[in-house]
Amino acid sequence: MRLRLTDDEVVFRDALRAWLANTLPALPPAPDPNDWTARRAYDTAWQRRLFDAGYAGISWPAEYGGRGATPSEELVFLEELERAGAPYVGCNFVGTLHAGPTLIAEGTPEQQAYHLPGILKGEHVWCQGFSEPEAGSDLAGLRTRAVRDGDHYVITGQKIWTSTAQAADYCELLVRTDPDAPKHRGITWLIMPMNTAGIDVRPLRTIIGVSEFNEMFLDEVRVPVANRVGDENDGWRVAMVTFAFERGTAWVSDLLQSQQIIADLAGLARKVTRRSGTAWDDAALRRDLAELAAEFDGLWALTKRTVSQAARTGSPGIGGSVFKLQFAGARLRLGQVAMRLLDRAGLAFDDPLGLTTGDMVKERLFAHAVGIAAGTSQIQRNILAERVLGLPKER
Amino acid sequence: VDFELDAEQVALRDELRRLLATSCSSESRRAAIAFPGGVDRGLWRTLSGVGVFALCQQESDGGVGLGMADATVVFEELGRALVPGPVIATFLAAGVIDGASTGTNVVGVVEGGERVVIEHLDGIDTLIVVDADGVRRVHARSTRGTVLERPLDPLTPVHLVESVAGGEPAGDAEVAARWRRDGALLVAAMQVGIGAGALEMAVEYAKQRRQFGRVIGFFQALKHLLADALAEVETARAAVQAAGVEIDEDAAASVVARAVAGARILASAAAEHTANTCIQVHGGMGFTWELDAHLFLKRSLLLDTQFGGVERSFEIMEAALA
Repeated sequence: MRLRLTDDEVVFRDALRAWLANTLPALPPAPDPNDWTARRAYDTAWQRRLFDAGYAGISWPAEYGGRGATPSEELVFLEELERAGAPYVGCNFVGTLHAGPTLIAEGTPEQQAYHLPGILKGEHVWCQGFSEPEAGSDLAGLRTRAVRDGDHYVITGQKIWTSTAQAADYCELLVRTDPDAPKHRGITWLIMPMNTAGIDVRPLRTIIGVSEFNEMFLDEVRVPVANRVGDENDGWRVAMVTFAFERGTAWVSDLLQSQQIIADLAGLARKVTRRSGTAWDDAALRRDLAELAAEFDGLWALTKRTVSQAARTGSPGIGGSVFKLQFAGARLRLGQVAMRLLDRAGLAFDDPLGLTTGDMVKERLFAHAVGIAAGTSQIQRNILAERVLGLPKER
Repeated sequence: VDFELDAEQVALRDELRRLLATSCSSESRRAAIAFPGGVDRGLWRTLSGVGVFALCQQESDGGVGLGMADATVVFEELGRALVPGPVIATFLAAGVIDGASTGTNVVGVVEGGERVVIEHLDGIDTLIVVDADGVRRVHARSTRGTVLERPLDPLTPVHLVESVAGGEPAGDAEVAARWRRDGALLVAAMQVGIGAGALEMAVEYAKQRRQFGRVIGFFQALKHLLADALAEVETARAAVQAAGVEIDEDAAASVVARAVAGARILASAAAEHTANTCIQVHGGMGFTWELDAHLFLKRSLLLDTQFGGVERSFEIMEAALA
């Protein structure tokens, strides 16, 4: 077992650090979270900088324009970006981490030639049209219908949780093409241009107050059959292929951010007065912070394990589900401790008393999403119980 | 980064697991209580025969020449099998106390010398006393105490000793600090093993026991309990092994201290929670003396008190945040 970086990894890291040190100071300030035009411009400009420096598509194979980095290098990449305070992947999330890898695995040469460079250069923004009001954890129960009409599919239905749809050029869309087949065998994966007629995107306001995701209503939207990825009715398999690219790095920046929040809170506790001393004199608070620090440190070790398994076997194993489950719980408790410490400074967003480096109120509320997004904690527990512990399946 | 057991570590783990399945079965470890101090010298010879105590000694000194990461793998197995006896102290004494690495000298440990509770006193040859200034070695037979008739862990007899006097120096403050640090890590490794063992026992039962016309492992209420336990144990194991690697890679003292403390905090909680889960899954039977479920819980509680206690790990982590 080795945690130390290899010589090659050190070279990679040092070059990246130097590039970040030169690049980040020149970036404009981050945009207003409700201004999607500005957010798109900011995120895609960052993607373009990554592209020009050779860091776009960090884990994509070189033959498709990516960096072809090893899982270990990818981990270094994500760690360095987060520690340096680089922009989050933002609007480029679906394109670089989901749609792009799917097209690499399953797209036609024409689809790849058109879309992959667009994603890498930050020219195309993608969103994901998978979930529906009636198809959440049971994604394969999706109902949005696509009916063949000549060389087009005509699509009618409703999607939900479509992040960045306001800013997107393309949508990776799952539709039902055979309503009579067993539910996993009647689904098709399509590339839907977002400027097609019949798409109505309505923002949903989250508990944070920002319109982070949307409802998307589709009314007889016509998508060319040429935009199909994989065979008709083989879309479930195509959607699952993406998970083969998963290396256990999905939450790295959130995890490192959590560790930073712990350090910030420990510093803040020494400044905030409570009774005759500071909040740090409160043994219960110190204990809670220490316990959380241990948990996030442990999850960082687990991440390294998962990435190492991905490097060795091509699959991250069970670490992803374990991580997701534990991280959701720890992140929520972190938010609770933060609010206890902020006290009445937590009654408004944006840190009115200037106590911390980040927006703790936002983090406190965001924590509630971690147990839901990308597979709920309940689904993760089912996965662990059935696939790892071998307990009898419900279905 | 390549943070996954290598082939040798997997072989080491599997070989030890096979060996302990027979030489430290549920029956044999319960029988060990009949030996003086609850130390089964036959099992001790078996453990030394596969190099458990000499694991981290140089090969030139007759050791196995492995590192602390390997030791965490080994001690996880010892915890899983609930091996009775002062295995951590004897391991740490190898290279310091003659005969420790070969299993002929069974070494126990205690912190501080006044009015202390000491494990396995009648079964050990040498007692190591760790305090802030250093480490001293005491002839165990000359240490008198009162046996406590109702020990918490039935496999770990304890004495109350008014004063551990005499002995000779066996190391300075730095040596004492290393005993505490490495002892804390191996405690954590054993607790990961306890968690893994208790989880395995609980899962096995959940697959057989039927209620309401189904095996109880079908119900989500049980599945989620067991999945939570698995997640805790897996995370603690990663933390424990990472701390071992940090020691082997000569990471900065502050990095190692934080890694060991964090590993122990997680392992302690994982063992306690999983032992409780094991009891709960077994229902009323889990609360009886007959099943081994209580032995997992009790050993974990005992380990929590050793090498400064899990409290010390919290203090170290709090200091690391300062």
